Amino acid sequence: MDFTLSDEQQMFADTARTLLGDTCTPDHWHKLMEQGAAFDAARWAQIVENGFTALIVPEAAGGMGLGELDFALIAIEAGYVALPEPLVESAGIGAPLLASLAPDHPPFADPAAIIAVAPAINPVVANADIAAAIVIERDGHAFVATPDQVTLTPMESIDPFRRLFRITWDEANATDLGPADWGLALDRAAVFSAAMGLGLAQRAVDLAVGYAKDRNQFGKPIGSYQAVKHHLASAQTAIEFTRPMVLAAAAEVAHGDVQSRARASQAKIVALEAAEQAARASIQVHGAMGYSWEVDVHLFLKRALALKQSWGTPAFHTSRIATRVFSQPVGADQTFARENENA
Amino acid sequence: MDLTYTPEQNAFRAEVRSWLEAHVPKGKLEHYDATREGFEAHRAWEATLKSGDWGMVTWPKEYGGRGLDLIQWLIFEEEYYRAGAPGRVNQNGIFLLGPTLMEFGTHEQKQRFLPPMASGEEIWAQAWSEPQAGSDLAGVRATAVLEGDEYVLNGHKIWSSRAAFADWAFGLFRASGSERHKDMSLIFFPLDAPGVTRNPIRKINGHVGFAEIFLDNVRVPAFNRLGDEGQGWHICMATAGFERGLMLRSPARFQEAAAALAALWQRRKNTCDPALEGAVVRAHVNAESYALNIYQTASRLMAGAKIGAEASTNKIFWSEMDIHLHETALAILGAEAELVTPTGEHDWLDDYIFSLAGPIYAGSNEIQRNIIAERMLGLPR
Repeated sequence: MDFTLSDEQQMFADTARTLLGDTCTPDHWHKLMEQGAAFDAARWAQIVENGFTALIVPEAAGGMGLGELDFALIAIEAGYVALPEPLVESAGIGAPLLASLAPDHPPFADPAAIIAVAPAINPVVANADIAAAIVIERDGHAFVATPDQVTLTPMESIDPFRRLFRITWDEANATDLGPADWGLALDRAAVFSAAMGLGLAQRAVDLAVGYAKDRNQFGKPIGSYQAVKHHLASAQTAIEFTRPMVLAAAAEVAHGDVQSRARASQAKIVALEAAEQAARASIQVHGAMGYSWEVDVHLFLKRALALKQSWGTPAFHTSRIATRVFSQPVGADQTFARENENA
Repeated sequence: MDLTYTPEQNAFRAEVRSWLEAHVPKGKLEHYDATREGFEAHRAWEATLKSGDWGMVTWPKEYGGRGLDLIQWLIFEEEYYRAGAPGRVNQNGIFLLGPTLMEFGTHEQKQRFLPPMASGEEIWAQAWSEPQAGSDLAGVRATAVLEGDEYVLNGHKIWSSRAAFADWAFGLFRASGSERHKDMSLIFFPLDAPGVTRNPIRKINGHVGFAEIFLDNVRVPAFNRLGDEGQGWHICMATAGFERGLMLRSPARFQEAAAALAALWQRRKNTCDPALEGAVVRAHVNAESYALNIYQTASRLMAGAKIGAEASTNKIFWSEMDIHLHETALAILGAEAELVTPTGEHDWLDDYIFSLAGPIYAGSNEIQRNIIAERMLGLPR
């Protein structure tokens, strides 16, 4: 039993934090929004160059074959910068799903290729127009298509950095890869959404802390008032109790049992709640500035709202946890229990 | 990261489980704060625990412990709560003062005080708060004046948990004429020493859970001072770190309560609001969040880290979780919630009442939020 990260994992996380922190600054956000764009090719190239898109792709498909925990650490950093590019959707969910079915699929020759994923649980698909492959769920099977083989209708998200499409398609124009482990894809999506939520939450708090130190009212920084402090302390408390849940959920995804599914659901619920709480506290602490487009806190609120409802609503995930609570032993000795050991 | 127990850890769990199955009293003991008899029954249980060498498993063997690590401590606690074993009447000693003594005490002090603490022969109360020094603890006025090799203690302490029946107290005193955080010392005194008067105070559930203590020229050896003279504030903050951060409230306590809540829901769900299932599930999620956080903390401490201001987030989390869990139970009980629980049954009502103390003791949650804001987030005072 050891709940610490390895030096290598810490190093990956540090590299991601530096790279994304340097290349996805508020200036970068503003420039993209002015252009009405949500994809920066130069930044994507650097993400690819650092190996982040190959991290959990199996070696058989040319990837590094690392685990979900390794990727979750990168996803936290992606959340911290409200990353516009589809690192999590493509490299964290789409690529390992496609690789498990077709490791020789052409996109795996190019680590920059984007693999979009259209599960039945989501009404829209992100970045489908620029994808080299779209993996689509129907009746448990995975079909793969290219954007020109389907019809994509752009749908505007309140999050300016989410590029969403409704998709209509015909089986005749797609390739049936057979039954796929959509449950695993959902678990990964839940955990990586949670990891992003953790990053979103911490950034929202950090932005508010910075503002509360600088902004003076009644002759003092507003951050010296307890009413302001307590908003942010509550948000930070939620973050502290989200992080271990996210890390454990990531470390356990591969078990694929009722406990690991519940853990992924727990992580998603608590992390996106923490992100929403932090973003709302941050808006409140920023006052009218927080309600303005000019101050960037809104980006974190909007991403939190989006991730909270996609890949399974809180009600959906609560029902998965209920299945674990009411079908398996619960109690103090069950924290790390596995379904097959209780069978 | 490896979230599986080693074969040795599994074997340890089995050993704890079988010992507890053989020794935990079958009936529920009267609460240690209710009567002297209840208190002494819990002291007798501590002696039984010690007979199996389970008094305080993380302490070194030479001081009455087993020399185990923090993961083993968590396993012990999980089994302890799972077995429904009696509450630890000496928690102020073993969970708060003990770790502090381990860090700041001399070898002679550890030899003198730790073994009888681990065995329950000496049960401890905390004597920090005063009528005018609650959240603002640096306002204590009780004094300690060194005369030869003895301290003369004077003052008025209050809200001392267990002090109605305990044997010893660890108190915060200041040098005469000193102010605020300076020149304070942490000093131990027997609660039956000449000059000590204690008046029990009833809690809202009727138990004499705490007492006020008057000290009138109480003389104790200078040996009873923990750490250096004037180091008292620093030591108190370290104790508070143990209290809030790790030892006082085991995750196991809340996981077992969440499991009992799930069972209560299963029995009663046909007669109450179906929407309550979400709160029952949430209680489980909260308890697991807390457990995972504590496993993370234990792993970090074993890797050499120290407990910091994040301990304050723990205190907020478990106290709020405990209230949520118990208010959910009362909602399931509905109109029966107000009925005093028959002896021997799960006392949701009393546990709910107790949960309301959580945001107050061990430093109010308002103070914890100030600590988080100032020391973790760096906001100005």
